[in-house]
Amino acid sequence: MTAKRQVHLAAHFPGVNNTTVWSDPAAGSHIDFASFVHLAATAEAAKFDFIFLAEGLRLREHGGRIYDLDVVGRPDTFTVLAALAAVTEHLGLAGTINSTFNEPYEVARQFASLDHLSAGRAAWNVVTSWDAFTGENFRRGSYLEQSLRYERAREFLQTVRELWDSWDDGAVVADQDGGVFVSDGDVGSFEHRGPQFEIAGRFNVPRSPQGQPVIFQAGDSDEGREFAASAADAIFSRHGTLAAGQAFYTDVKSRLARYGRSPEELKILPAATFVLGDTAADAEERADAVRRQQVSGQTAIAFLEQVWNRDLSTYDPDGPLPEVDPLTDAEARTKGRAGVPRDPVSTAREWRAIAEAGHLSIRELIIHVTARQSFVGSPAQVAEQIDHYVQSEAADGFILVPHITPGGLDDFARTVVPLLQERGVFRTDYTGTTLRDHLDLPPARRGRIGALTGAV
Amino acid sequence: MPTSTFLHLAVALEGAGWHPTAWREPEARPSELFSAAYWTDLVGQADAASLDFVTIEDGLGLQSDRAEGPDDRLDRVRGRLDAVLVAARVAPLTAGVGLVPTATTTHPEPFHVSKSIATLDFVSQGRAGWRAQISARAVEAAHFGRRTLPTFRPGAVQDDPAIRQVVADLFEESADFIEVVRRLWDSWEDDAEIRDAPTGRFVDREKLHYIDFDGRWFSVRGPSITPRPPQGQPVVAVLAHGAPAYELAARSADVVFVTPHDAGSAARIVAEVRAHEAAVGRREPLKVFADLLVHLDRDAPSAAGRRERLDERYGRTWISDAETFVGTPAGLADRLAEWHEAGVEGFRLRPATLPRDLQAITGQLVPELRRRGLFRDGYEQATLRGHLGLGRPANRYAIA
Repeated sequence: MTAKRQVHLAAHFPGVNNTTVWSDPAAGSHIDFASFVHLAATAEAAKFDFIFLAEGLRLREHGGRIYDLDVVGRPDTFTVLAALAAVTEHLGLAGTINSTFNEPYEVARQFASLDHLSAGRAAWNVVTSWDAFTGENFRRGSYLEQSLRYERAREFLQTVRELWDSWDDGAVVADQDGGVFVSDGDVGSFEHRGPQFEIAGRFNVPRSPQGQPVIFQAGDSDEGREFAASAADAIFSRHGTLAAGQAFYTDVKSRLARYGRSPEELKILPAATFVLGDTAADAEERADAVRRQQVSGQTAIAFLEQVWNRDLSTYDPDGPLPEVDPLTDAEARTKGRAGVPRDPVSTAREWRAIAEAGHLSIRELIIHVTARQSFVGSPAQVAEQIDHYVQSEAADGFILVPHITPGGLDDFARTVVPLLQERGVFRTDYTGTTLRDHLDLPPARRGRIGALTGAV
Repeated sequence: MPTSTFLHLAVALEGAGWHPTAWREPEARPSELFSAAYWTDLVGQADAASLDFVTIEDGLGLQSDRAEGPDDRLDRVRGRLDAVLVAARVAPLTAGVGLVPTATTTHPEPFHVSKSIATLDFVSQGRAGWRAQISARAVEAAHFGRRTLPTFRPGAVQDDPAIRQVVADLFEESADFIEVVRRLWDSWEDDAEIRDAPTGRFVDREKLHYIDFDGRWFSVRGPSITPRPPQGQPVVAVLAHGAPAYELAARSADVVFVTPHDAGSAARIVAEVRAHEAAVGRREPLKVFADLLVHLDRDAPSAAGRRERLDERYGRTWISDAETFVGTPAGLADRLAEWHEAGVEGFRLRPATLPRDLQAITGQLVPELRRRGLFRDGYEQATLRGHLGLGRPANRYAIA
């Protein structure tokens, strides 16, 4: 009998994008280290693969003013992950770090150091940034054309891997009697000449326990999927529904062979939220309440303004959508937020159609269109759903985002995880020590990424 | 005159110790230099002895015996972990000791350094600091490819006006960098987060401030993404050997590490620092710490013998930029007392070998200083600013 496919689970520290219900009495700080310790401890006790932190580069603005209706503020990703390494033993430590307002030498040092300091638990979610708004906080300002951001990301990742590879595994000999600390006088030697980076010299961090930290990428476009297939270990994806998930899964996994990689070498992990209840009906009711807390009337108007790109403050959130069309030639009203639709006019039409069909107000419509993959039900139902998705090859697991900080994962850990363990699809204890072990990834490969197609 | 009878004590942590051949000492742990356990042990010892803080060295290039670039030697410690992350890694496992990693101001982004140190302050509950250093090495600039620097030997700074200008510019950039970092630390007022459910506002945007810094090397808009740190302003330190660095310290730092070679030069350096403070209109005086490289043992001949062994392996007498003390903890206590009288408020001791010289500092020097009434018994304050007698500063953007 074939063993069932194993589920991978991760905990995403909640934050922006209207995930967090900060007005709940149980809601705690998004800055205090104690909150991160709580979530990490819960995740590790529940044998999760890793904890995941996002990144911030500039506070969001809306209508020319700092956006204040959502969680604002976060600590530095690398620094929190390094501190969490001190209070965890097995839990992977994954962080989003952008490839635009950073340089490879520093980022390579930081991830290699995190990997050393955590005995092999570091992971990097590679993202891009590009706009002038964010650039105002950094040395070069807006220097990168939007169309080049993926190219820079690919070359950035390639360069970082070259730096990680610049030390042999056994280079630190530390032979006190023989007087040999490093085996090779040329240790750390590197040279990279490319369109984005022309750097050379000596990398100053020895090869870390995982060789190369685990690489995440959130690729959705064709280009993104190809990049992930050539270079990533896991995709932090958006496709949570069963059919969409299966389609994405099949497509991405089919791209691996041309890089000499097997399906297990790239894990697909959608983000997902969850709401637990005693019964399905109870859970649905709670889920509705959570959505209403996440999307207030004011928030709904703000969301609408992102698409319409005009002041809609006179509109009633409990009333119908605007008849007017979005403004397409004015400056963007919302800044510092990814995921604004590329074709606002057709989005507006789609939304009007959805609202009409369902008799939805502005607020109800926004709640509908901003819904993410969510597991809603009793613990048994949620366990069954998660198991089903993984067995049906719609995902290899999920990155769970609680809506309450920091205790929002507690009930899930207590009631759902044991059921997954009983089903034989989730570990009852860690068997390996590194994040690569937990994710069932092969050892890191040295050498050029995308080697078989020659593409970088 | 020192402001209190107590002197301040810090330890500078570097690899297996500051001496280039320290890694070959019997008690050294050279195979563990890249492990969390090694750093946790060292900083834990400093914490248990209630030292004011530890500094952690770092750089953006490979260590070398040559100033100009790599040396391809096999017999030296090579490789370093990122110091801010080492500090963060040990923070949850320590209680009182200040954590002062080194971070460079020449290539990194001030926005990233600001939030890193602010976050270190959060994860350590108010014990963060930062030693700001420049990177003048051409080989390190080549690791970034964003600017070129001339290759020069150390002596050239005095001889060559062009090189002197390059270095002056690096210090000027450092001053700008520290200014940006400080403004970003203040860019959130302490009570900016309001969580006002009736109006749906998580923050009061009137209490978030754009810093609008515009300078030669960068412009930074702000606000920070990270709220005001627990200390308000984490402690900024600068290592200074001469005028450009004294001026940087006077303009931008809270603590300056200096390298006198006797009590007389200690007094002269303190006077020079004060003169720079006056010249830039600084109100609150810098805390002046003297750096000392220490070889400590139970008696002077043993200490001298150990130093000799280290130098023999090195091939000649190894000279540091700091004065070297070779002797007993009691003898060192005499030296510290003498320099303290000369106006030096604190000492940053550089252990020649680790962990042995650190153990001598924490296990013997500290008790000796306490017996003489020169060092406090335990921690009296909870933050690094507190240990240094610095109050919590008001936010420059908050209207009183």
